[in-house]
Amino acid sequence: MSKVRLLVGTRKGAFVMTADGKRDKWEISGPHFAGWEIYHMKGSKVNPNRIYGSQTSGWFGQVMQRSDDGGKTWEAIGNKFAYEGEAGTHQWYDGTPHPWEFKRVWHLEPSLTEADTVLAGAEDAALFKSTDGGQNWVELSGLRKHGTGPKWQPGAGGMCLHTVILDPKDPERIYIAISAAGAFRTDDGGKTWKPINKGLHSQYIPDPNAEVGHCVHHIAMHESRPGVLFMQKHWDVMRSDDAGDNWTEVSGNLPTDFGFVIDVHAHEPETLYVVPIKSDSEHFPMEGALRVYRSKTGGNEWEALTKGLPQKDCYVNVLRDAMAVDRMDECGVYFGTTGGQVYVSSDGGDSWKTVAEHLPAVLSVEVQTLS
Amino acid sequence: MVRVEIPYHLRTLAGVRGEITLDVAGVVSVKSVLDALEARYPMLEGTIRDHGTLQRRAFLRFFVCEEDWSHEPTDKPLPEVIAAGKEPLLIIGAIAGGCSPHGD
Repeated sequence: MSKVRLLVGTRKGAFVMTADGKRDKWEISGPHFAGWEIYHMKGSKVNPNRIYGSQTSGWFGQVMQRSDDGGKTWEAIGNKFAYEGEAGTHQWYDGTPHPWEFKRVWHLEPSLTEADTVLAGAEDAALFKSTDGGQNWVELSGLRKHGTGPKWQPGAGGMCLHTVILDPKDPERIYIAISAAGAFRTDDGGKTWKPINKGLHSQYIPDPNAEVGHCVHHIAMHESRPGVLFMQKHWDVMRSDDAGDNWTEVSGNLPTDFGFVIDVHAHEPETLYVVPIKSDSEHFPMEGALRVYRSKTGGNEWEALTKGLPQKDCYVNVLRDAMAVDRMDECGVYFGTTGGQVYVSSDGGDSWKTVAEHLPAVLSVEVQTLS
Repeated sequence: MVRVEIPYHLRTLAGVRGEITLDVAGVVSVKSVLDALEARYPMLEGTIRDHGTLQRRAFLRFFVCEEDWSHEPTDKPLPEVIAAGKEPLLIIGAIAGGCSPHGD
C-alpha cells in the first residue's frame, strides 16, 4: 500500500510526518535542526529518500542539509552561494539602488531526472544549481543579468526567488517567480530568461502593467499540462494557457483574492486550491474563518471548503510554500499555518483533519507519495 | 591547544558538546583559530564569518579575556592565556536580531 511523507518546515525546526494511504494516523518526527528556521525541504522524484533542506538563521546564515534516508538522518552540505561576477544593484524599498546580498534559500527544486541535481531559489533573488548533491552551487546568472534586474524591488518578505517549476516535458524550460519582480521563464536550461508578466495588473506599482515589478506570491502547474500556469499574485488569482506569455484574471467569486498559496489537484488539472487572506494589511482569513477555496473549472467559479477547518476566531496565515498535494488515488491536499497547524484532506478538499496542531509557524509543506 | 566556545546552535550543527580544543598552527589569532575550527568542522563554514569576505556575521561577537574583540583586526595575535589554552576564545550570539521576514 502506498504511504505519504510530509516535509514540514517551520520557524523553529523541521518535521517529517508519515502516514499510510488512509492518511488518518500520523507519525511525527522532529524537530530536526531545532531552533533553526527551515524555509523549505523537498524530496527527489528520482530517489525519494534523497531530501534537500534549507536551514537558516539570522545569526548564523545559511546552512544546507541533505538526507539520503527519507529524513531520518541529515548531513550538512555546501552552503556557499556566490553571485557570479559583479553582483550589481537592485532597487531598495525607497527606489534607490541597493547591492545584491545573499541572505537565504527560500525554495529547493530537485531535478526530475538526476538525484544529484537541484535548484535553489535565493534571496536576494537568484537561482543556483548544484549537480553534485548540493556540495557546490553555481548561479544561473542569466536570470539576474537579463536586463531588468536593476528594477527589481523587494516585497515585504524580502527580494526572494520563491517559486521554481520544472517542465516535465521540456528539460530546458523552467519557470521562476520573484517577489517583487514577477515571473520569468527560460527555454534554454537557464542561460537566458524573459519576464512573463503580460496581463498582470498591480495597482501598487508606478506602472500597474509594467514588464517587471509585480509581487507574484506563488505559481502552480499540473505536470500533464506544463504550459498551463496558475498564479496567486499579491492581489488577484491569475491563469496562463500559453506558458506565461499572457495572463488572465480568474479570481471570479472569491471573497478576497489576496493570498499566498495556490495548488492544483493531482489528477484534475482544472481543479485549483487557494486560501484567501483578508488583505495585504491584515494577513489572516476573513471573519476569522479558515476557508480553502476550490475551483473545478480552472478558476472564476470557486467554492468554500470549510468542513473540519476552524470557522471562528482563526487569525493565522498560510504562507506561499505551505500547501501541497499528494498523488494518491484520492488526491490529498495539505497546508500549514503560521499558527502551527497542519491540515490534511484525503478527499480532495471536501473535509479536513488536523495532522499537527501546535508546531512553530509553518513556512513550507511538501508531500511525497511513496510506494 | 586553544579552547573555543561556540553558540549552542553551532554546537548542535557541528555535533559537539561543550568547549572545542584546537591545534592552531603559527600565530594564534581570531582568524587562525577560525581557520582551524572550520577545517575540523566544515559545516561551520559561513556560519561565523562570510565565505567570501571572511567578515564576522553581524550578530556574532568575539570575546577575549572579558574584552570584546569583535572589531579588532582578525589577524591580531591573541593574548598568551588564549594561545596557551588557559582561557577560552568566546564566540557569542547577540541577544538581539535574528528575525527574518517571510511575507507574513
